[in-house]
Amino acid sequence: MSVIVVFLAVIAVIAGWWLSQQQLMAKPWLNVNSIGDIPARNEPSVPLAQVGLGVFLAVAGCLFALLVSAYFMRVEIGPANGVVLRSMPIPAMLWVNTGVLVLSSIALQCADIAVRRGQRDVMRDALLLGAVSALVFLAGQILVWWQLVDAGYFAAGNPANAFFYLLTGMHGLHVAGGLIAIGRTVAKMWHDMPTARLRVSVRLCTIYWHFLLLIWLIVLALLTGWADDVIVICRALVI
Amino acid sequence: MSEVTADTVGSAGPAEVPEVELYHAHSWITKYVFCQDAKVIAIQYSLTAMAIGLVALVLSWLMRLQLAFPGAFSLIQSDNYYQFITMHGMIMVIYLLTALFLGGFGNYLIPLMVGARDMAFPYVNMLSYWIYLLAVLILVAGFFAPGGPTGAGWTLYPPQAILAGTPGHEWGILLMMASLILFIVGFTMGGLNYVVTVLQCRTRGMTLMRLPLTIWGIFTATVMALLAFPALFVACIMMTLDRMLGTSFFMPSIVQMGQQMPYSGGSPILFQHLFWFFGHPEVYIVALPAFGIVSDLISTHARKNIFGYRMMVWAIVGIGALSFIVWAHHMYVSGMDPYFGFFFATTTLIIAVPTAIKVYNWVLTLWRGDIHLNVPMLFALAFIVTFVNGGLTGLFLGNVVVDVPLSATLFVVAHFHMVMGVAPIMVVFGGIYHWYPKMTGRMLDDTMGKIHFWITFAGAYAIFFPMHYLGLLGVPRRYYELGDTAFIPPSAATLNVFITVAALIVGAAQLVFLFNLFWSLSRGKESGPNPWRATSLEWQTPQTPPGHGNWGKELPVVYRWPYDYSVPGAERDFIPQNQPAITPAG
Repeated sequence: MSVIVVFLAVIAVIAGWWLSQQQLMAKPWLNVNSIGDIPARNEPSVPLAQVGLGVFLAVAGCLFALLVSAYFMRVEIGPANGVVLRSMPIPAMLWVNTGVLVLSSIALQCADIAVRRGQRDVMRDALLLGAVSALVFLAGQILVWWQLVDAGYFAAGNPANAFFYLLTGMHGLHVAGGLIAIGRTVAKMWHDMPTARLRVSVRLCTIYWHFLLLIWLIVLALLTGWADDVIVICRALVI
Repeated sequence: MSEVTADTVGSAGPAEVPEVELYHAHSWITKYVFCQDAKVIAIQYSLTAMAIGLVALVLSWLMRLQLAFPGAFSLIQSDNYYQFITMHGMIMVIYLLTALFLGGFGNYLIPLMVGARDMAFPYVNMLSYWIYLLAVLILVAGFFAPGGPTGAGWTLYPPQAILAGTPGHEWGILLMMASLILFIVGFTMGGLNYVVTVLQCRTRGMTLMRLPLTIWGIFTATVMALLAFPALFVACIMMTLDRMLGTSFFMPSIVQMGQQMPYSGGSPILFQHLFWFFGHPEVYIVALPAFGIVSDLISTHARKNIFGYRMMVWAIVGIGALSFIVWAHHMYVSGMDPYFGFFFATTTLIIAVPTAIKVYNWVLTLWRGDIHLNVPMLFALAFIVTFVNGGLTGLFLGNVVVDVPLSATLFVVAHFHMVMGVAPIMVVFGGIYHWYPKMTGRMLDDTMGKIHFWITFAGAYAIFFPMHYLGLLGVPRRYYELGDTAFIPPSAATLNVFITVAALIVGAAQLVFLFNLFWSLSRGKESGPNPWRATSLEWQTPQTPPGHGNWGKELPVVYRWPYDYSVPGAERDFIPQNQPAITPAG
């Protein structure tokens, strides 16, 4: 459970830093009649939805940290009942998918830049490219699953296989959820929503996409065994 | 207290919100059924939670009947008994307490207390309730599924949860998993709302250190729930896969009825870690809103400012953070490394420090207060003694050497019912008696309230206090029937009958409460806008019950903290948060 504890420690540091900005040492019983520094109009500097997304990313991050924690715990247990935790073969297709997801993230970043510059056409193309490449990524992931099942690596065969399908599946579900958000943004664009209001939607999609890419890279590093050395170092530090 | 700080502004202009952003109901359905108004959603949450809570109450009656009169009721077989235990625990902890405190009180009080018109994302908030309702319905469907609901215990430990021999291993466990997954999805939607509303939608002048402690409690509990529920979510998904696809996340190789099962290499302990990583914070997810609400009830009904407001805030945040590193104290008997046990025993006992600070502060708030023993106050006082009671036995159980022999006995049952059953329920009742006038414009009947209180309070002690002694005798929990056991004296059976009679009476007393809720709706005394003469913003709304958008044309502006009671020299014994100080002439 060390991964989730570290994750929560990071959240705690962020929360602690934020709290430290909130005058927690103030003595409210003396502080009568001042109205503080909350602006008169209820238009916070950060859009509500962006704060909402931030909180959601913490929750989703927590979910993946727990999955990774569970994976590590299973690895630590070692060969339980004579069952060795074998690593899955990594199909070449997985690298292609990774490339496509990177492309998708770049496309959304371009959309974000374009919407800030007010270039609606560029934004539309970039958004569509991002969405299509994300779809290709999902299709590619399903293809990987299909190849592995075809080669006899069933989820029920071995805990390592099960973790592979679970991690990739959960990530895929989050990408699919993000596609709905992109779809809604595209729909807003079609209905001629002013660029200023589109900006927030595109920004949120972009942040979420980068988050998904980061999660994917971590999952990939874990599943391919790249992270093994890092894990050994971390474990040495913890114990 | 009339001194004025440097950044005085006299009277500030109100904060305005463009009207277009507010949700408007256009038909009966969108006003009362698929409504996005947090106040309606709160009432929907509360009624659903209370309805399913009644089911859990009846289940506890059935269990008690079996324990007092073993074999006397043919409808309670051993399988049913385990199903009752499981459903009672799960419903009470998650579908009643969590939903009622966060979905019910949270939805009603957050926008009103921070001076907002509604939640940040009303549509998502509405979805949250409907997904919760769906989760409840799926849970209830377990009773009608072939084989009945799962009987794996509320902790649902594998491997037994999905093995034949455990009641409900076919359908019940799957419905339970589906219901929990939906509950968590629904809660996350609601939780995002509560957090963002507190962070971003506070009205002008409402700094964090001017929030009522109720909001601090609900806010911190929501943050904790958002971070803890994913652990249960992950555990549920993995167990569902184990059950449906035959993966081996939690299932070791195992022989069932002489047959080798296809599972191999899973770890049941992994489930325990995930479950309790959620399960322990869950205790405080239920307790922190209770802490907050009790602070406000005590301050209001003792007409005194809360003692040590800052300490109270820090303690809430501290308890929230600490509760994430104590989970394994539920697993002392799982054969863990003694050093781990030592670590978790230490962190567990450290939590007693901020908790004790809170208890001292409540008592010091009462000290020389002008105590009005209204029904909400009675319940708040009952909470304090009950929580201290349950907390003290927690100090016993937090130590490994004491926990190991007591873990499987009724002592543990008595402990956790005191600390997270009876105590939070006292606050739920106190909160309902306190805020009902705001929700309906009428007071709950006082006599019925007092009858309800005394039977519930004395009855709960009659149930759970003797249970500690049974536990110390070694009477095991989870047993369907004790039979003849050498170390259990016959008097234990007599005590069991006594406990059962008390449980039946306490359960029946809740009918008085329910009757009161409906009777007072039309016959209760008119309350006026602020019957308790309270300071916090929800009592200052232009209409009671608060109208659409809560505040009329202008949002309130906050000039002070919510605990200005009995301020020397003030005209009345309370000063509302939105009342500016009279600026000195000249």
